[in-house]
Amino acid sequence: MRLGVENISHHYGETEVLRDVSLTVQPGRIICLIGPSGCGKSTLLRMIGGLERPDKGRVRMDGAASPDSLNPLTYIFQDFALLPWRTAAGNVSLVLEGHNLPRARREAIIADVLARTRLSDFADALPRQLSGGMRQRVAIARALAVSPEVLLMDEPLSALDAQTRELLMDDLVALWARQPFSAVYVTHNLAEAVRMGHAIVILSRRPGQVREIVEVDIPLEERAARIDELALLQRRLWEMMRDEAEAADREIANA
Amino acid sequence: MPDVPFRGGGYATRPRRWVGLVVMIALLGLWWLGSARGWISPIALPPPQDVLAAFRDLFVTGRIWDHLGASLYRLGMGWFFGSLAGITVGLAMGLSRSVRGGAGPLVAALFPVPKIALLPLFIVWFGVVGEGSKVATILFGAFFPTVINTLAGVDNVDRGLIRMGQSFGLSRWAIVRKIILPGAAPSILSGMRISSSICIVLLIAAEMIGAQNGVGAYILFAGANYALGQLIAGVMILSMLGLTVAWLIGLVEKRLLAWRG
Ligand SMILES: Nc1ncnc2c1ncn2[C@@H]1O[C@H](COP(=O)(O)OP(=O)(O)OP(=O)(O)O)[C@@H](O)[C@H]1O
Ligand SMILES: [Mg+2]
Repeated sequence: MRLGVENISHHYGETEVLRDVSLTVQPGRIICLIGPSGCGKSTLLRMIGGLERPDKGRVRMDGAASPDSLNPLTYIFQDFALLPWRTAAGNVSLVLEGHNLPRARREAIIADVLARTRLSDFADALPRQLSGGMRQRVAIARALAVSPEVLLMDEPLSALDAQTRELLMDDLVALWARQPFSAVYVTHNLAEAVRMGHAIVILSRRPGQVREIVEVDIPLEERAARIDELALLQRRLWEMMRDEAEAADREIANA
Repeated sequence: MPDVPFRGGGYATRPRRWVGLVVMIALLGLWWLGSARGWISPIALPPPQDVLAAFRDLFVTGRIWDHLGASLYRLGMGWFFGSLAGITVGLAMGLSRSVRGGAGPLVAALFPVPKIALLPLFIVWFGVVGEGSKVATILFGAFFPTVINTLAGVDNVDRGLIRMGQSFGLSRWAIVRKIILPGAAPSILSGMRISSSICIVLLIAAEMIGAQNGVGAYILFAGANYALGQLIAGVMILSMLGLTVAWLIGLVEKRLLAWRG
């Protein structure tokens, strides 16, 4: 399935948040969305997933979603959004329970996604008993359980420390390599963007507009080894963003 | 050079359990001794053996089961249905803006009324005899704190979790049952803890005003007959009733809220 964001504009009251944003998510590709604080990245992602309606513009799904997909557009949240009273397996089960799957099938899916996120030994652990990285892995397992067509991730690694972040990026890349998924990946972190993105969309400061779309040709699996090229790319991205970020910072200070 | 002096400690909050037991036994001993020596007037406090005799009498005649049975029935019915109605209304108010707008002012207006003031009204409605008036009073007493705590609990459920549920396409009912209700459970249970003690107060007051049996009536008759042994026995039964109810709620909390650790 191809996802097309077409000419989205949006206001919150007097504040113009997004202006005429268009982009395409091709099957099997990860789009990273970067831009200064408050430029409307989270808002755009909510609209892509249908959690909020834009004032103008639309999001189109081209091509039928696979019939196996229980929830074509699936989020992974910054704060994990796990139910604290359910175990890791229970949190995954939550999103399968409404779909009339036979019990055995449901349990097979749960076991499979927990194995893919290396959590099999923690199936019965409550979120508070898990580290931050493991909690986000539970959330990733939950997202994989519904066989999404597009993963929508809003700063999925921001709540984690730097080392855990590295490990989880490797995990995500490995998951993608095993079974490519499409994703919109919002981040503040340029290092994440150059590691994860097939294309990097740079938004301007508020009102968010597409300033530039940078294609990254290095295959995902090779990126960890080709640090120098990534560093160079990251430098280039920063130069493109720098003025916007500074201006946004000044605006926030003056607001 | 001297060691660093120790400055921590001293504010331990864990009790030494045996101290409590020693204090209890000492007080009982003092009571017995004071009554035997005539330091304590029997009008002020009956000797412990009178209280024991009252208990023995209650068990031998089997009247304890009349009184306790009647009281437990009223308390159980009133508290259970009051809490059930309270949770339902609180949940509806938390989920629907029109219900909140409609029921909010009514709840706010009735909440501060001491529910015992409604007993005469319920007696007019349901008659003096029968359980209706007493159960209704207790039911109202349980209803309001439960509504308010349920509503607060629903309001406090993490919006992020609800958005997560929506984003995975969960039905509205599934979100209520699997996300909102468990999320509000701590607040609902603490409301039920509060309402249980309010209900015991109302139970006794209602039984003193208009009942032939029940622990409240037993205490009232004992007082009227200057049977202080019976009176103290009744008060002790109430203490045990309150402790048992609190213990039961504690048990439920432990089971339902184990995830909080
Ligand atoms: N529900 C809302 N009502 C009103 N204003 C909102 C709402 N949500 C976001 N905003 C405003 O819209 C602007 C864009 O918010 P958004 O969260 O999309 O930015 P962002 O790019 O994700 O920022 P960050 O990088 O800090 O996460 C901000 O100025 C924010 O204050
Ligand atoms: Mg954001």
